[in-house]
Formats: sequence, structure tokens, C-alpha cells
Amino acid sequence: MNLDFSWMAWTWPTAAFFIVIALMLCGMGVWEYVSPGGNPRVGVLRFETTRGDRLFVSLLGSAFIHLAWLGLVGPNLWWALALSVVYAIGVFRYV
Amino acid sequence: MEKTWNNKAWFLVLPMLVLVAFSAVIPLMTVVNYSVQDTFGNNVFFWAGTEWFEDLLASDRFWEAMVRNLIFSFIILAIEVPLGIFIALNMPKKGWGVPVCLVLMALPLLIPWNVVGTIWQVFGRNDIGLLGYYVNAFGIDYNYVQDPFDAWVTVIIMDVWHWTSLVVLLCYAGLVSIPDAFYQAAKIDGASRWAVFRYIQLPKMQRVLLIAVLLRFMDSFMIYTEPFVVTGGGPGNSTTFLSIDLVKTALGQFDLGPAAAMSLVYFLIILLLSWVFYTVMTNYDAER
Repeated sequence: MNLDFSWMAWTWPTAAFFIVIALMLCGMGVWEYVSPGGNPRVGVLRFETTRGDRLFVSLLGSAFIHLAWLGLVGPNLWWALALSVVYAIGVFRYV
Repeated sequence: MEKTWNNKAWFLVLPMLVLVAFSAVIPLMTVVNYSVQDTFGNNVFFWAGTEWFEDLLASDRFWEAMVRNLIFSFIILAIEVPLGIFIALNMPKKGWGVPVCLVLMALPLLIPWNVVGTIWQVFGRNDIGLLGYYVNAFGIDYNYVQDPFDAWVTVIIMDVWHWTSLVVLLCYAGLVSIPDAFYQAAKIDGASRWAVFRYIQLPKMQRVLLIAVLLRFMDSFMIYTEPFVVTGGGPGNSTTFLSIDLVKTALGQFDLGPAAAMSLVYFLIILLLSWVFYTVMTNYDAER
């Protein structure tokens, strides 16, 4: 059987992106195994979040940070990435 | 918290995971791949980087479609939610009228979207359509093919006709779940009709109303078939919503790269709004 996935048009940057996402999910799985329960707590948003919620908020927020940077500043996204990392740390620390 | 020792039940989720992978994850990955490339067909792709996203964010066409979509969703919610509550409050709670009303309410929901579009396309025509012909006969100049305002009115009335029933059925389900004891207590206290609605019915319907708002917002924000069949996005671009614009770009112009970038931005907006609604709903549950 010859599976042809050329229609998916894979590139190294997009593959790296998905590998990082997959690694994050695996990491969350391991974290959950080591420390079950999701570490629920009430942070600055005033409602309960688990660490899965915090990852979701981090990723979604990072996507919008990148889009905003692209629309308002320019195509060099390294600073947007740095800002997203800072944002994600903030979310995991305070949300 | 106590450690979960038995995780074998997760195997039961595996078939669904495989299904979701093929129906959602793999297509989404492909869209991400397309959004950073250009193609002229034949599975030959050229790297474009963030070019399509830059073009999209600077595109008046995209933002105009977005504003149109938001206005449409806002109008739809502003009409369908109060109207749905009003109808649900006035539906019979017992007797033969209940099944009759429920079936009548369910009927519009059973009609496929493209058929609804076709019904209203013919219904609104001012030469052979019942609505269009008689509205013009009363001296009102109505022509949804040429006038953007008339096109909007037609699309909104069509959506209200099609989907208010959903809000009605959800609200009705919330209303019939209220125990009689609440009404008896209100009667003893001499509560007015408004007080009963404000302090008993509305709070008890809050959860179903949130679901109704979520479903109607999502659906109206992603609306495609009905306006496409009735107006084709016109006159001009006056009823071109995001999904219609997306299909025009992807299939009409075969610009897969720009269409993929647009899909992703559209997806992120839907994801954000869904998360906000979901959070509001789950926190409401937690507070209760």
C-alpha cells in the first residue's frame, strides 16, 4: 500500500510547529501522570482553571499575539514569539 | 487529590480520537500547511511564509465581511432570543396543544439549509414570490436582488424563521423543568407576572439561554448556505459574510493559500468566542 500525503503539503517549519504542539501535549500528559488532578486554582481571571486550561489560554493568546504583531508591526515574528513565551509564563503563574 | 490508578477506560475513547483525527485534525494541519504556501495545482507548492496573513490583515474585503458577520449575528441574537423566550412563555404546558406546538416548532429545523434558501429565494421574488409580490402590491418598493437593505431584511427574516424554533424549544425545556412549588410560592407571595418571569423563570432558563446564545451565535457567525442561495452574497458584496467570502476565495478563485490563512483566522475567532461562552457556562454551573 502506497500512502501519498503530498496533498498535505508538509514543510519543515509547519512540521516543527506541530511537533512542538504534540510535545507540549505529551508533556502535559506526563505532568498529569506525575501530579494528577490538573492543579485547579482560582487566579486573576476569578474562575477556576486547570493546567490544561492554562495551556489552552496560552496557545490561543499566543496565536492572537502573533496575528496582532503581523498586522501592526511587521513580518519578523521572533519578538512576537518572545512576547508569547512571556505571556504563557504569566498565564501559568497567575491565571 | 487521590491518584487515578485505572486509566483503561481511555481505550474506549480511542475510536472517537481516530474519527476526530481524520475529520478535524488532519484537515486542520493541511490548512496550516497551505496557509504558508502558494500553489497552482498538481500538488506543487511554493513557500510564501506569512505573506497571506499580512495580506489578509491589511485587506478591507476581509474586515468588511467580518463587520457584516458581526452585525448579522448581533441582529439575529437580538431578535431570536427575546422572540424565542416570548413564544416559549406562551406555549401550552399541558394538553393536546403541547405536541402540536412542539411539532410545529420543530418543522423549520428539519428543513435542510439549501431548501430554506430556495424557499425564501422564490418567496421573496417580486414577480412570482408570495411575499415579494404582495409587499410590492402594498406600495413598498421591495427587491432583494437589487437593494442591499432588502437583501439584509430577507436574509434576517429567513434566519429568524428558520432558527427561532431552536431558542423556543430550548427555553420551553427550561420552563417545563421548573417545579410547580416555585409558582405556588410566588402566588402566595402575590408576585406579579413580571416578578415571576424576572425571579423564577428567567434564572431557571439561564443555562438553556446560554446554550441557545452560544449555538445561535456560532451558527450565525458561520452562516453560508442560506444567504448564498438567496442572494449569492449580493447585491454587490452587501450580504457577503466571512464564509461566503472564504468559499469565493478558495473555490471561486482557487487561491488556496489566502483562503487557508483566512480559514485559520476565522477558526481562531470562533475558538476564542466558544471558549468565552464555555467558560461563562461552566462557571455559572460551578456557582450554582
